[in-house]
Order: sequence, then C-alpha cells, then structure tokens
Amino acid sequence: MRVPLTLMLGAGLTAVFAAAALISFLWTPFDVTQMAIAFRLLPPGGVHWLGTDHFGRDVLSMLMVGARTSIAVAIVAVGMGMVLGVPLGLLAAAARGSLLDEVIMRGNDLVFAFPALVIAILITAVFGPSALNAIIAIGIFNTPVFARVTRGAALSLWTLDYIRAARVAGKGPAQISVEHILPNIANLLIVQGTIQFSLGILAEAALSYVGLGAQPPTPSWGRMLAEAQTMIALAPHLAIFPGLAIVLTVLGLNLMGDGLRDILDPRLRRAR
Amino acid sequence: MTLISVRDLSLAIAGTPILDRVSFDVQAGQIFGLVGESGSGKSMTALALMGLAPHGATVSGHARMNGTDLLSLPEDRLTRIRGAEIGMIFQEPMTALNPVQTIGDQVAETLVIHAAATRADARTQARARLDRVGLSGDRFPLSLYPHELSGGQRQRVCIAMAVALRPKLLIADEPTTALDVTTQAQILDLLRDLVRDDGMSLLLITHDLAVVAGLADRVAVMQAGRIVEQGPTEALFRTRAHPYTRRLFAASSHQPARHTQTQDTPLLTVTKAHRTYTLPRHSLFAPAPTVRAVRGVSLTLRAGESLGLVGESGCGKSTLTHAILGLEALQSGEIRLFGRPAGPGMSNDLRAGIQVVFQDPYGSFNPRWRVEKLIAEPFHLTGRPADWRARVATALTDVGLTPADAQKYPHEFSGGQRQRIAIARALITKPKILVLDEAVSALDVSVRARILDLLADLQAQYGLAYLFISHDLHVVRAITDRVLVMKAGQIVEEGPTTRVFTAPQHPYTAELIAATPVIPPDWTEGADDDSRALV
Repeated sequence: MRVPLTLMLGAGLTAVFAAAALISFLWTPFDVTQMAIAFRLLPPGGVHWLGTDHFGRDVLSMLMVGARTSIAVAIVAVGMGMVLGVPLGLLAAAARGSLLDEVIMRGNDLVFAFPALVIAILITAVFGPSALNAIIAIGIFNTPVFARVTRGAALSLWTLDYIRAARVAGKGPAQISVEHILPNIANLLIVQGTIQFSLGILAEAALSYVGLGAQPPTPSWGRMLAEAQTMIALAPHLAIFPGLAIVLTVLGLNLMGDGLRDILDPRLRRAR
Repeated sequence: MTLISVRDLSLAIAGTPILDRVSFDVQAGQIFGLVGESGSGKSMTALALMGLAPHGATVSGHARMNGTDLLSLPEDRLTRIRGAEIGMIFQEPMTALNPVQTIGDQVAETLVIHAAATRADARTQARARLDRVGLSGDRFPLSLYPHELSGGQRQRVCIAMAVALRPKLLIADEPTTALDVTTQAQILDLLRDLVRDDGMSLLLITHDLAVVAGLADRVAVMQAGRIVEQGPTEALFRTRAHPYTRRLFAASSHQPARHTQTQDTPLLTVTKAHRTYTLPRHSLFAPAPTVRAVRGVSLTLRAGESLGLVGESGCGKSTLTHAILGLEALQSGEIRLFGRPAGPGMSNDLRAGIQVVFQDPYGSFNPRWRVEKLIAEPFHLTGRPADWRARVATALTDVGLTPADAQKYPHEFSGGQRQRIAIARALITKPKILVLDEAVSALDVSVRARILDLLADLQAQYGLAYLFISHDLHVVRAITDRVLVMKAGQIVEEGPTTRVFTAPQHPYTAELIAATPVIPPDWTEGADDDSRALV
C-alpha cells in the first residue's frame, strides 16, 4: 500500500516533537530551572542554539520540556474524552431512537453549545490553575466530540446484516457494541483522536498563555509566548520559537490525521 | 443504418485487461441487448463509449458514430455529445437524482446546459418530457423533489433527463434491476415506446435474459471482457451456439432436484400478526401518521416444508421476517415456534432452532473476523461445544467449502462463496427452520443455480424447513412447495406453488406473474439438457 505524503510529513513532524519530549526526560542542553542573568536575552547562536530568555534560561531546553507538558496534557485530555465519549456514543447508538438516545445527544449538544475555552478558563479559575485542571477542562469538551462521532458511525453499522445476524445469534446490545461495532469504528476514532490531540495542544497553550495551565517553573509553550510578549521588539526569537513549535506540532498532527483517514477509511481505500 | 459501430474496443486498468476486442453495431431505431454476469465488462463497455472510463484506464479501438470516432475525441467534444447524442440511465434511481433539486429543475438543467433552450423555455420543455415518460402534470408538478417519488417514478425522471435532448442513442445500464416486477414491466414498456415513437436506438445492458428476450432486436453475450456470441435475439436464443451462452441459459431456468418430505408437525405458526409503525409528525396538532406494515397475517410452516413468501418492496415481508426472528415485537397476534410463544424475549434454545441467511453477501459478515469465528457466532445460543472447530469444519464441508477456509477472512471469498459461509453459519446450531431472506437475489444466475442446488441438498440431508422470502418469482417457483403472496401487509393468496403459478386466484398474483419477464418457452427447448454443464 502506498503511504500518502501527508501522512509521512505529519508523522515525521509529530515524531520530532515526541522525540524532543522523550529526550527531555533524560537530557536537555541546559537545566531549565537554572537562571543565568549574565547570559539573558542572547540571540540564537553557538552555545544556546535558540537563544536565552530574560532570566538567561536556554530556550531549546524549555521548548523540549514544554513539549512534554503539552503532549502530556493533550494525551490525557483526549484519553478522557474517549473513555467518556465512546461508551456514551455506543450506548446512544444501541438505544437509537429511544429516550436514552435523546438524553445523551441533547446533553452533548448542551456541552457543545458552551464556548469551550471560556468554560475551561472558568473551571481553572474556580478550581485553581494547574495542569490537572487544564486536563479536566479540555477532557470534558472532548467528550461530546467522541460521543457524536461514535454514535454516527455506529448507527450506520447497526443497519448491516452482520449485526442482524449477531442479534439472531442471541447477542445483546452491549456484547454487539463491543464485539462488532467498536473494532469496526476504531479507525475513525484513531483519526478523530489525532485531530483532537492537536486541538488539545492548542487549548493547553491557550490556557497556559492566560496563566491557567501548568504553573512556573514548569516550562510550557503557551506561557513562553505570554512572557515573550513584552519583549517582542527586543528579543523576537522568544516568541518565534514557541510559536513555531505550536504551529508545527498542530500541523503535523492534522496532516497525520488526514493521512491516516486516507489509508484507514475503507471507502477512500476502495476509490484508489 | 448503423448508428454506432464499435470495433476492437479494448480497455485495461493498471495493466489488467477488462475488455478484450469488443465489436458490435447498433442499428438506428433498434434495441441492442448486452447480457452477461457481473464483472463481464458490460457496464465498462458503456462507460468507455461515453468517455467515462475510470482514471488510469487505457482504451484502444474505435467507436464510430456519424463518422466521428468517440474514443479519440477530447473531453470538451465528448461533454457536448453526452446528453445530446447519447443519453444514459443507471441502475439505481435512488442515487441518480440530486436530492435537493426539484425534478423540474433537473430536467430543465440538461436542456439549458446544452443550450437547447432558454431558461424560461426549458421549464415548458421539461414539462413536456416528463409528460412523455408518463409523469403527468396534474399528479407530478415540476416542483416535486426526488424523495417524494417512488423508485419507478424516479427512474422515469432519469429517463426524461436522458431523452430530454432527443439523443440518437440511449444507454440503459440495468435500468430495472433495482425495481419491483410490476414497475419493471412499466419501465420496459416505456423504453420500448420511446424507441418505436422517437426512432431512438437503445443499448440495453442487463444480466436478465428474460428482459432481453422481450425487448431486444439483437443480443450480444459477454463473458470476461469478450463478446462470445451475438446475433438476432430469437436466433441466438434458439441456437445457443457458444458453450457459455448454453450455461447461462441452463442456469437461468435451473430447477434443483428436490425431494420434499413435508410432515404434518407445525414448527412455526403466526396468528393474526399486526405491526404498525408511527411516522414522524407533519404537524404539531394532527396525530402522527402511521403505516400498517403487517395487517393480520397468519401462516404455518411445517417440518421439512419449503414455504415461499413473495411480494414487492414495502409489502411488509421484512417486518414479518424480523418479527418471526424475534428481532422486533408485534403489537398484536402471536408467533409460536415449536409450540412455544416466540418474540424478542424468547429463550436462547428457541432461537437456536431458527436461523437466517440474509440477502447481501458483502454486509453479512464482520470484516475483521475469520470465517471460523463468524461461523461459530451462533454457538452463543447453545454454549460453545468442546468440538466446535470440528463442527465448523463439517459445516464448511456441508456447504461445499473446505475446512482450510476457516482461517480466511470474508473478503477473500466471492459473493457466492460468502453466501455459502452465511448458510454454514445459519446451520451451525442445527436449526429446524432456516429463514432465507432474499438469500439468492444478489447473486449471478450461475452462482444462484448452484446455491439453490445446495439448499435443496441440505434440506434433504437435514430435513430442514425453509421460509423463503423473495421478490423473484422464478426462484420461489424453483425451490418452494407452498407459496404465500403478500401485498400491503396482508396475505392475498396462499396455496401449492405449482397451482398458484399456473392458476392464480387473486388478481394481484396474476398481475405479478404477468409482469415477470419470461423467455418464450419454445425458444429454450433443450436448455435443460445443458444443466449438466453446470455441475
């Protein structure tokens, strides 16, 4: 099977950032908490490849550890959205047309109707800013996305003859959902997961930017951007590199999601 | 006069030959039938003529129409010819129309695009075309949307669009395959009239020999991308010179050898079954409309018997089948299986006694499971026995596959083989009743003949009772002892199959039988002798 270019590019970009995050556990060029005022605001160069910030911390090291924060928050938040959303979607599809289906889907609409980021800010403002609260806030808004994707895909499967055959074989809705429906919509969920993952990274950056995500001294891309704001004329590299990191990660994940859909969606596969 | 002359049309996709030197002529004002089984290349021939061959296909040969070679024309010239000189209609009227445009706009669009009419004039002309195909203005205004029409009416709209510019050639690709027999007869009549009155030529593509027999002046038989035989319809039907033609004929009139052993024990009784569905409300205050899908149906299926249930789409046979299988509840009436009440809540041992084979060989299996796991699924009802693998192997052998097939995935099998797997799955719990829900309708004639043989053998071997649900009268006649005719939720006629088919009592049964296309009996003398060629 030919691997589409978008998938290779996306997976490549994603792999670079995942590798940076993993390596940061073992090694960073400099200690991210170590300040060196004498070397502050250095432009990119030989010793500090991406320069230093206003406390003299190494930007590359902060970006690597920041990747860790972003990825951790996004993964857990997407996982939470899947764990809550997929069963709700399966349940709604199994009970299609019933009151339960209505309750689940209208509940989804309710969550959808709130501006996600504003509520996330509210949650972190009420419960205090921390990476954990950011995860919960982003996770809640991932739930209806997965519920709806799951229900839509599952509904089309419920009309197929092999589901009918399973019912004739005496299997109940729960067993059919797990044995027949879930494995056949896994592709879709993986693709959706990739897209939600990139949105999670954006949301984490946004929350950190307004100071409601990971707290200092833990580096985070959003807060790096916020801190760079006042010095943009003096040291533009402080804004450019975290900004690039966010853009490239999100781009990479979106391309990967697109590419995965191209090879996993059986309809697109057949069309080729 | 020759309208279009096709010579040595070959087509290959990525090096795989699809068409191999196809040559034929369509005369002006004639109907040319192209018959063959699925994958024989008959649709691809039509698409190649229209310049619609799939991307990456290499086409060679000539197709001359009025002195121009269609196969060498650039795309912009072809777009002008499509619709104007050659019209085309497809099998599936449900998807051939744009659901968000009115039928008037869609017919008018064809006229405007080809600059055959101004926008204002186009609607008047669209009206005239729709009148011509039998959709009169009082019942079918231009403002209707496709979803407000039945399948047959939609196919009429498709025909109106295809003939809007009075093309010289109309290509009809399986135009009636998705339609009920009575509707099919009307659409075939319409096509015949259009050819006769407007002097159009028709290239009719179909798998159904009987349709061709009643309509075409000349016929070509296609097999594996080649035309193996062609000639005037009657002569070709009578002589059947090519072995493949003989096999096709034998298969389509095939009668499996059956040894019925009906006993008097009733296995399944349905008494006064009723099922009504509530439709979405149109207005907040009016009561929600309802449709009475099954209205007081009673039937009995005896041990070892083969009972047919025929009816057109929407007659309620699916609802009734689902109720019998315990997939849906009835509102009143009773279903008893083996003397015990049955329904959605029935016990597993009761369910194990009645199993089903569905129509679609492609949608019947979880694509991620191996055949072994698929066939063993109904063991959920009985508990999986220790020797389940041996039982699966036996079931596979019973249906003419090999035990080694157990480790394969469904996509590795053809449609007919998949239907065998579906039968193996249905038989694994040793049921007494097998419900065959359009089980052979999606299969090619030769494959269908073999599956019918298999069903006859299995019935003799295991003393099974069959409830055979189908819209195809030929098949029902070949495999059942007794038949029920269903219309609008009611059984209108019931009796021994031979009697119902030769001397129908109810006008609807008579109408169904009259509408079913048949090959004139004297054309096919001796075709049965060829049935040996099948096995």
